[in-house]
Amino acid sequence: MAQMTMIQAITDALACELAADENVVMFGEDVGKNGGVFRATEGLQEKFGEERVFDTPLAESGIGGLAFGLALEGYRPVPEIQFFGFVFETMDEVVAQMARTRYRMGGTRNLPITIRSPFGGGVHTPELHSDNLEGLIAQSPGIRVVIPSNPYDAKGLLIASIRSNDPVVFLEHMKLYRSFRDEVPEESYVVPLDKAGITREGKDVSIITYGAMVRESIKAAEVLEKENIDVEIIDLRTVAPLDLETILASVEKTGRVVVVQEAQKQAGVGAQVAAEIAERSILSLEAPIGRIAAPDTIFPFGQAEGAWLPNAKDIEDKVREIANF
Amino acid sequence: MAKNKTIDFQALLDKAHSDFPMYQALDKDGNVVNEALVPDLTDDELVELMTRMVWSRVLDQRSTALNRQGRLGFFAPTAGQEASQLASHFAFEKEDVLLPGYRDVPQLIQHGLPLTQAFLWSRGHAAGNYYAEDLKALPPQIIIGAQYVQAAGVALGLKMRKKPNVVFTYTGDGGSSQGDFYEGINFAGAYKANAVFFIQNNGFAISTPRDKQTAAVTLAQKAVSAGIPGIQVDGMDPLAMYTVTKMARDWSIAGNGPVLIEAITYRYGAHTLSGDDPTRYRSKEMDDEWVAKDPLIRFRAYLEAKGLWNEEKENEVIENTKEEIKVAIAEADKQPKQKVSDFLKSMFEVQPQNIKEQIEFYEAKESK
Repeated sequence: MAQMTMIQAITDALACELAADENVVMFGEDVGKNGGVFRATEGLQEKFGEERVFDTPLAESGIGGLAFGLALEGYRPVPEIQFFGFVFETMDEVVAQMARTRYRMGGTRNLPITIRSPFGGGVHTPELHSDNLEGLIAQSPGIRVVIPSNPYDAKGLLIASIRSNDPVVFLEHMKLYRSFRDEVPEESYVVPLDKAGITREGKDVSIITYGAMVRESIKAAEVLEKENIDVEIIDLRTVAPLDLETILASVEKTGRVVVVQEAQKQAGVGAQVAAEIAERSILSLEAPIGRIAAPDTIFPFGQAEGAWLPNAKDIEDKVREIANF
Repeated sequence: MAKNKTIDFQALLDKAHSDFPMYQALDKDGNVVNEALVPDLTDDELVELMTRMVWSRVLDQRSTALNRQGRLGFFAPTAGQEASQLASHFAFEKEDVLLPGYRDVPQLIQHGLPLTQAFLWSRGHAAGNYYAEDLKALPPQIIIGAQYVQAAGVALGLKMRKKPNVVFTYTGDGGSSQGDFYEGINFAGAYKANAVFFIQNNGFAISTPRDKQTAAVTLAQKAVSAGIPGIQVDGMDPLAMYTVTKMARDWSIAGNGPVLIEAITYRYGAHTLSGDDPTRYRSKEMDDEWVAKDPLIRFRAYLEAKGLWNEEKENEVIENTKEEIKVAIAEADKQPKQKVSDFLKSMFEVQPQNIKEQIEFYEAKESK
């Protein structure tokens, strides 16, 4: 075991998979010699060579096409999109090509691609770096969206994603990259895809969340505990498709639920979570489904992030309201 | 102000347009005009190439008729492009990878896709896209330009695997305006990867004439932006198409990187049979002018002069093709109806909960 930040756990996962499978290749803008703009691929080119870890021209659609074509030739590509706000440049390759190829070819071809990309607010980036766009991909059949919330999950989920023969969009929250350390095994291990984690067990209110909002929910739960509100936190981990078994088991136990996301209310996956709960477990509910999300504006100018991003205080208030409904 | 006169922009423009002559081996009457471009093909190979071109013309005619009868669905006519499509494909090997556009079904069939599956694709049946593992190709690409960026990836893969093969991909004149067109040739160029890119310039993108796409005088010169060779070929001339393609393939496999080939061609028919009416934007005179350049006319004359082709032979090919089409359509008719549960099963290798649940639901519904 070692103490690792999330970014170190990610680098470690990438190194594990480069060593384990010669078909794993990594590429993107500045991921080679430079080791990535966040050092996620630091030292990998040096260790595994330029054929395995390499830079690309500055063009996201081309990167998507490169991944697609390499996968057809039997590689296991792990491309990087420098910031997920740039996904619009390659939406066709991601949702109209990679996500649908297995279906359109009746299962005769697989595209084992894992697209890594940073996103998320709280670090005062310039425009279109931090936007929470997971909902766009979540609405696209044929591709998984995985969002880890801590170093341990990040390593295990990334290894699982790379080993998956189905395509994955793996989103890395920038605020979580270095904000805390976790015990992470040095050897390879897998955290299963399509399976939510129970971050905290509780009996009064379920919080269903993902990404940076898991940490905010933990903080809120600690405050609420002192008020005798016992919160259960479900970390979705794979945000699309959803692990309804885990979500519904929690909701049926507590009877009260708050869905928390950093994305705007009209975006993200919160509405899908709420709809599934309403459809399947409404008779277990003792209160309306509470929701915490960002306002429906464009992602804020850097200095306004504090006022805009949902936080532990917002979550506390909403959980109190639902607990006392 | 006087200083600015040192830059002669007109001269720069003239230079940009200067180096892209059209390569031609046969004129419209089948006379050899450039001996150097006459390929080293055996008599049997020449006959086989003609056979494929006649096959494609018949396939186009029959597909149009079958579409009108409602026995085929989406169809993009190919008549006029036989040299551009079949003679370029003739220069490739089975292990080369084909990424076709939606008009490039003839190459796909010659590359190994059974005709029945091509018809199923036209109808909108998934079985048309169940590709055998050894068929090195993707189904026709509907998103114009996507095949170009994907080709760059395949090309790099072939290079990294050290395979003596290339990827070849096709788009139209309109497609050369897409971002993915430029990204594709630029990536392949930057990695010096194994690819031959084709632009089949048939003068129109639906109704939009070629000169509305770009101020560039040739489309081949767009290769300059990627730092790769670009070459313009008479796309109605099977011998020039074959020779140039073969040379491009050899050059790329030798590790020199990709080539862009612009074939100057024409489509006699509509853009697609989904309601396009070419009389709205094309004159009869224009059609006639291109019919006179027909690749079949000139190749027929060339082969007849060599004693390799005659009417009897051509009729035999026509009859064989009609029979082959009849059998393939009958085969397509026998294909079982598509089931939603099958679609669900092909979404992922490892099924998530929503997919499993929906398979159960649809299987129950389908068994009623």
